[in-house]
This record gives sequence, structure tokens and C-alpha cells, in this order.
Amino acid sequence: MLRRGWFLPIAAVLGFAFLYAPIVSLVLFSFNENRLVTVWTGFSLKWYGELFRDPQMINAAILSLQIAAIAATIALVLGTLAAVALVRFRRFRGRTLFSGMVSAPLVMPDVITGLSLLLLFVAMESMLGWPQGRGILTIVIAHATFCTAYVCVVVQSRLSDFDRSLEEAAMDLGASPVRTFFDITLPIIAPALVSGWLLGFTLSLDDLVIASFVSGPGSSTLPMVIFSKVRLGVSPDVNALATIIIGIVAIGVLIATIIQLRARPKKARA
Amino acid sequence: MTNTHEPTYPPPRRLRPWNAVEKRLARVGITGRMLVLAAPLLWLLVFFLIPLFVVFGISLATKQFGRPPFSPLLTSEEGTVQLTLHLNNYIRLFTDNLYVAAYLSSIRIAFIATIITLLIGYPMAYAIARAPGPWRNILLMLVILPFFTSLLLRVYALTGFMRGNGVINQFLGLFGIEPLVMMQTDFAVYVGLVYTYLPFMILPLYTNLVKLDASLLEASADLGARPVRTFLSITLPLSLPGIVAGSMLVFIPAIGEFVIPSLLGGPETLMIGRVLWDEFFSATNWPRAAAVAVAMLVVVVVPIMLLQRAQGAVVEK
Repeated sequence: MLRRGWFLPIAAVLGFAFLYAPIVSLVLFSFNENRLVTVWTGFSLKWYGELFRDPQMINAAILSLQIAAIAATIALVLGTLAAVALVRFRRFRGRTLFSGMVSAPLVMPDVITGLSLLLLFVAMESMLGWPQGRGILTIVIAHATFCTAYVCVVVQSRLSDFDRSLEEAAMDLGASPVRTFFDITLPIIAPALVSGWLLGFTLSLDDLVIASFVSGPGSSTLPMVIFSKVRLGVSPDVNALATIIIGIVAIGVLIATIIQLRARPKKARA
Repeated sequence: MTNTHEPTYPPPRRLRPWNAVEKRLARVGITGRMLVLAAPLLWLLVFFLIPLFVVFGISLATKQFGRPPFSPLLTSEEGTVQLTLHLNNYIRLFTDNLYVAAYLSSIRIAFIATIITLLIGYPMAYAIARAPGPWRNILLMLVILPFFTSLLLRVYALTGFMRGNGVINQFLGLFGIEPLVMMQTDFAVYVGLVYTYLPFMILPLYTNLVKLDASLLEASADLGARPVRTFLSITLPLSLPGIVAGSMLVFIPAIGEFVIPSLLGGPETLMIGRVLWDEFFSATNWPRAAAVAVAMLVVVVVPIMLLQRAQGAVVEK
């Protein structure tokens, strides 16, 4: 057996402390009574109350949740189709271009994605008359595009490590490819679909840069409102909002992880 | 006549219409495969690839007042179509010191941040990969969790940490140490980049290191190599694809980063994402912003290709 040094555990503990200390302090100070975010004067929920009385924040949150739900759903369909094509169709014309287009949005700097889509929408509007102006529709399209890439990666890894003989058996028994997909493949990759959708949803909810480019007047998403507030300095109601979002995300990730772990116990233990 | 004793199988009627549709489409040469491919392919062509060409096209226009705020590339007058290409945006990029300095400083900041992230992320990924089974998943989830939390909010959390009267300075104050100026400096930008992109580094490294064959390490130790030697001649070379993939996943988005330099950096922190943003939103010079984006794409193309190759290698092994 290999010697276990002290270096790795200590490095890991320090690393995790670095990742979590700012988040923990943010959450703690959201319950602080004082307006000066850093001086602790007493426990209070007043910033949460203030948050829910701020119509700008509430409207932006509702808008962002709607956009995220629609964009994640579109991305789920497109990303799954793309993953099936990449994993199941060994060879087809334009495969390199296709796989490049699927994975490039993952790393494309946000400012380029945002600017390029805005310029596309402007060009399309002047040539085709669609989309008229910019707003929810254009943000949904932009978010669905980069979320597709993420969904595809998640579904791809699930598709490539499950037993293909199940699909082959179904086909041998006379099921059409479509039937095989819905009866065999879909239930097996369902956990990946859930986590892909959740990933798309949170990424859409988080995006500031791309949405800033493609949004129009009256369609300010939550990150846009937060950014304009934060730019002016620290405000405790943003702490409260951040705490709520982090709580929701933590629960979501926890559920997604449990689903994923339950779904592949046979393989993981090997 | 009823045969109740025999099990009855429902006829596979549910998807039968599909078969008819399939047959009809096959007659015109459209296969099921093409249908699966069509939607994502068309979507990505229209909303990912074509926009990049549009950016290139508009980078060859020039700013003018009106809607849209740039000159048309094609104009037709009395039956002649004229194509007007302006190169002045690109000429400005190379001659105006602001742009050259911004590109160089973006590359430098992204590079240094990538190295620091690698130095912090590698031991963490290795520790997680070597952790006992159940711990591994918990630690991995702890890495993924911040990745899901809004970048904006995490950067905001950092500002609360590093401000003049922030958590760090209050802590130092307990020991009578003078408060440090951290916000609005390049230092804060590095902290922000490392903090934000650490999960991007750890995940591919972990995927790579977890597949490392422990018997190789044992063999090396049995042959008398010390841990450092074993690490340098076995672990490190074998984890190279993970190092490249993780580094590129940090470097590429860091180059074009906007939120971090604008919230944590000072006015002198020059980064190209911020220049593009200002060019677009403050100066409303769309063609110039497009030219900045094209030049940024040129900078990230090689790293993106490196990433594609490294990711293939990480997944294969």
C-alpha cells in the first residue's frame, strides 16, 4: 500500500476552505441586522423582508425563472438529439463540424456569444422582420443555445456508458428505432436528462453577460438587476437573495447527485 | 369466443404511425438519422456558427448614427451593387495602444491565473481521486456545488471578503495588523479568477487521475523511487491530458472575462472582455466591438483546439 502523506489532505482542506469561506460569510451576513454588511450587530430577517417588498427584484426573478425553464427545456430536446447523433451515429458527413459546434459554446467567452447573437438578431430583423425587437424571446434563444452544449455533454457521457445490447435486443424483437428510443433508451438516460435540465436551468438563471447583450428595454433579468446594484457597492438585500439562491441550488444539486448515484450503483462499485 | 386464460399482449399500436411516416420519408431519401440530426444541427448553425460570420461581417463596417448604428456592407445604386469594407477597425486594433495593451494584459492575467488554479486544483483533484469511495462523491459534489452557484454572486461574496472593512481585514485587525488594500487591484482579479474557475480545473483533472492505475505507483515505490520521483515520472506525465483540458477550461473563458475585472479590478485593470463591453455599451461602436471580438476569437482558437484534443484523450483512457 502506498504511504499516505499529509500534503494532499491539507491541500484539499485549504482548497475547500478557500471555495467555501466567502460563501459562508455571505450567508451569515444576510442575517445581520446592520446595514454595514461586515459588522455583526444582531440576528435579523429584515433584509429578506426588504427583498420581497422590492418589485424590481421580484419581477426580474419571475422573468429569469420563466426564461430559464423554457431555455432549459429547449436545450434538453436539442442536446439529447445531438448526444444521440454523436454517440450512436458513428460516421456521418459533417461530424467534425457538428461536434465542434456542440462543444465550442462551452468555452466560448460570453462577450463573444452575446455580441454575435445580438448582431445576428439585428441582421435577421432587418432582413426577415423577425425577431421583432429584443426581449424574452431573444434571451431564451441565446440561453437555449449554450445550454444545449451542456445538456449534450451530460447526456453523451450517460449514453456512451450504458449497455447497448439492451437496445439491440429491442430492435431484434422488432421494435422500430423510435420505439426503442422511447421504451429502452429514454428510461435509462433519464437521470442524465434530469441533471442536464437542472444544469441548463441554473446556467440560464446565472447568466449576466449574454442576457445583457440580447435583452431589450423592459426585460431585465435577475443577474442584470443584481449587477447594477452590486456595482454601486455591497447591499444586504443582495446577500439575502444570494442566500436563497444558494439554498435552492444546494438542494437541487443534492437531489441530482442522489439520483445519479442511485442510477448507477452497479457500475460505480466495480 | 373469449380466451381469458391466455395472456393478452397489447398490440404495439402506440408508435405505428411513426413507421408509416418513416417509410414515406425514406421514399424521398430522408432517413430517421437525418431527422435526429436536423434540429440540433440547424439550431447550432443558425444561432452559433452564422453569428460568428455576422460578427466578422460587421467588424468590416463603420460606425454611423441611426438604427442599426453601423454602415451597410452592401449598397445598391442604379443597378450596381457596391460592397464597402472598412478595415479601419482592425487598423485601430493594431495601432491604438489601448487594444494592444488590453490583449497582452488579458493573456498575461489569464495565463498567471491558470497556473495558480492548476497549482491549487491539482492537489485537490488528486486528494479527491485517492479518497475512499463514499468520501469521493461527497467531495466531488462540494466541488460541483459552487459551479452551479451564480458566478456573479460568488464574485460578490468575494467583494464582501476583501473590502477595506471586509472579513479578512477584520480578522487581521484582531492581531493589530493594518488593513490591506485588496479590492480594485490586479490581486483581487487573480483571486476572483482562481476562485471562480477552480471547479473547471478540478473536474477534468479528477476524471483523469481517478483512472490512474495504482499498481504503477506501487511498482515504482517497490523499485525504490521516492514519492516525489514517482509523482514526477509517473503520475504527472499520465495526467497530462487532464492538465491540458483543465488549464484550457480556465484560460479560455478567463481571457474574455467581464464580470470579474469590472467588479474586483481597478480602473487600470485592462482586460479585453471589458474593453469589448465598453466599446459596445458605452461608446456604442458596434463595428469596433465586433473587430475586438474577432481578434479575441483568433486568440482563443488555438487553446480551443488544444482542449478538443485533450478532452478526447481524457475520455478515451
